[in-house]
Amino acid sequence: MLSVKNLQAAVDGKEILKGLSLEVPSGEVHAIMGPNGAGKSTLSYVLTGREGYEVTAGSASLNGEDLLALSPDERAARGVFLSFQYPLEIPGVPAITFIRTALNAQRKARGEAELAAPAFLKLAREKAEALKIDFEMLKRPLNVGFSGGEKKRMEILQMAILSPRFLILDETDSGLDIDALRIVSEGVNALRSPERSMLVITHYQRLLDYIRPDRVHVLAAGRIVASGGPELALQLEREGYDKYARAA
Amino acid sequence: MSVLSAIRDRNPAELPGKRDEDWRWTDLRGLIRAVPEASRPVDPRELGQGPFEHLVDDSYILANGGEARIEVGAGATRVVGLRFLSRGDGAHTAKVEVAVGPGGSLRLLESYEGKGGYLAWASIEIQLAEGAAVERIVLAQDDGEAVSVSQAEVSLSPRAEYGQTVFASGARRQRLETRVAHPGGAAALRMDGVYVLSGKRHADLTTVVEHRGTDGVTMQMTKGVVRDQARGVFQGRIVVAEGADRTDARMEHHALILSDRAEVDAKPELEIYADDVACSHGNTVGALDEDALFYARQRGIPEDEGRAMLTEAFVGEVADRVRFDGAREIVRQWTAESLGA
Ligand SMILES: Nc1ncnc2c1ncn2[C@@H]1O[C@H](COP(=O)(O)OP(=O)(O)OP(=O)(O)O)[C@@H](O)[C@H]1O
Ligand SMILES: [Mg+2]
Repeated sequence: MLSVKNLQAAVDGKEILKGLSLEVPSGEVHAIMGPNGAGKSTLSYVLTGREGYEVTAGSASLNGEDLLALSPDERAARGVFLSFQYPLEIPGVPAITFIRTALNAQRKARGEAELAAPAFLKLAREKAEALKIDFEMLKRPLNVGFSGGEKKRMEILQMAILSPRFLILDETDSGLDIDALRIVSEGVNALRSPERSMLVITHYQRLLDYIRPDRVHVLAAGRIVASGGPELALQLEREGYDKYARAA
Repeated sequence: MSVLSAIRDRNPAELPGKRDEDWRWTDLRGLIRAVPEASRPVDPRELGQGPFEHLVDDSYILANGGEARIEVGAGATRVVGLRFLSRGDGAHTAKVEVAVGPGGSLRLLESYEGKGGYLAWASIEIQLAEGAAVERIVLAQDDGEAVSVSQAEVSLSPRAEYGQTVFASGARRQRLETRVAHPGGAAALRMDGVYVLSGKRHADLTTVVEHRGTDGVTMQMTKGVVRDQARGVFQGRIVVAEGADRTDARMEHHALILSDRAEVDAKPELEIYADDVACSHGNTVGALDEDALFYARQRGIPEDEGRAMLTEAFVGEVADRVRFDGAREIVRQWTAESLGA
């Protein structure tokens, strides 16, 4: 599914990713943990094509296709979805309009027919209900004035509706209360399937109790410095990143 | 010194220009070397239909100038189309008087429809009696080669309600000016504007509101989007005269500049000589939020579509304040089209 090789990337001329390699096979969930400023969000932006994140070496491909050659919206149409650490506000555009525009743009890019309004509304209601999101909220401009937790839920709702194939969750658990964490995790788990893969960026083992990862990686100073099974997350929780900071 | 006298005397020295404080950003004197000769009459077969045709009870058409008087009797209700048509490269002037009797209601759907390199001036005088209501919607679609000036004088009576939204697509020089005499006394004024400019177009939205009595309300919101080498001008002045206590006046102007060579000049001014007033203004000029655009693209929305969506939402806030459903749809459509091009 996702194959990243020796990826190096700079922001404002400052090298942040320093030869990062990572393989996420189809159907697997991989967690990425690491200290603040290690480059976790940078990795998510490089994979989604954000401007200003300049790739200086290495490669990233999805199902054999070069991701780095595609525009952000082309990557989205191929199924790449990023749940933002800090979701943006879209003033003046009701959430429901935004999501429908996104879904139909993706379908169009894939050569599929657009989803008509009634079918879309049915889908949106269904998914909102599963995530315990009041449908009225979808009539408000997306994320404008939403609480931190509401924004995160809105990310997962978009994910559920867009049904992507490669999911990146960047600290989706931060800002969520305990009930919301459970509901959001259920939403994510519902998307687990043999055709989908996920990259779950988090600081807390707790999320991984809900979303069980197949592999855990430690990202420090721009590289993956250790990988292991779910037990690695428990070990990190106990011991912190000290020894990896030294290794990096 | 006025556009009217300059056209009448065919004397460019009488045009307003940068030495007049109010006209420094729309310098006609420096632009026009010679005032063109009078425009020729327009063939009646060329009049066609205005943008609000299916909404109006009747229409007044001023083709290459003319005069009209629109009256709404006490308690009566009318929806009137007012079309300023300009054709050719000549100069012409138009004069319109509007009077709405006590408790009367007028929806005035005004359009500027131009083709050619004309010099046009229009004056509109609007009088509202006690408790009268006017909703004026202006769709100014002048030619990119034209110079077009429209000056409206509005006088309100106590308990009158006046709402206005101007949509401007610019011209070589386009100026839409509104001056309002506000008596206070629970009269309510909403005065909004939108400009969407591309190419080398120039639009100038100028407003002056004078609060002369207590307890008046003024709400103003203007938004603009400029591209290419276009230039937007917003001048808004609110004067609260001595004794006009408890005036509540708010003015907002926000503009998006979508290219390096586009420009916006804004001068919001509050002059307050009264006590106990709630007055404020906000003014921002900036670029489109690139982070929001990336977010939209990450969700699969292509760049152009994302930009159009965000800019449309930006000016849509003003269009949503139009209090006439059918007309709101038309100006929404206009915004979408002018942003899509
Ligand atoms: N525009 C920028 N200019 C300079 N440095 C930047 C810029 N953006 C990010 N950085 C730096 O890149 C490094 C990696 O940032 P990144 O956001 O990827 O970290 P992170 O691992 O996601 O951290 P956190 O756990 O706090 O979310 C940081 O040192 C940050 O300061
Ligand atoms: Mg981060």
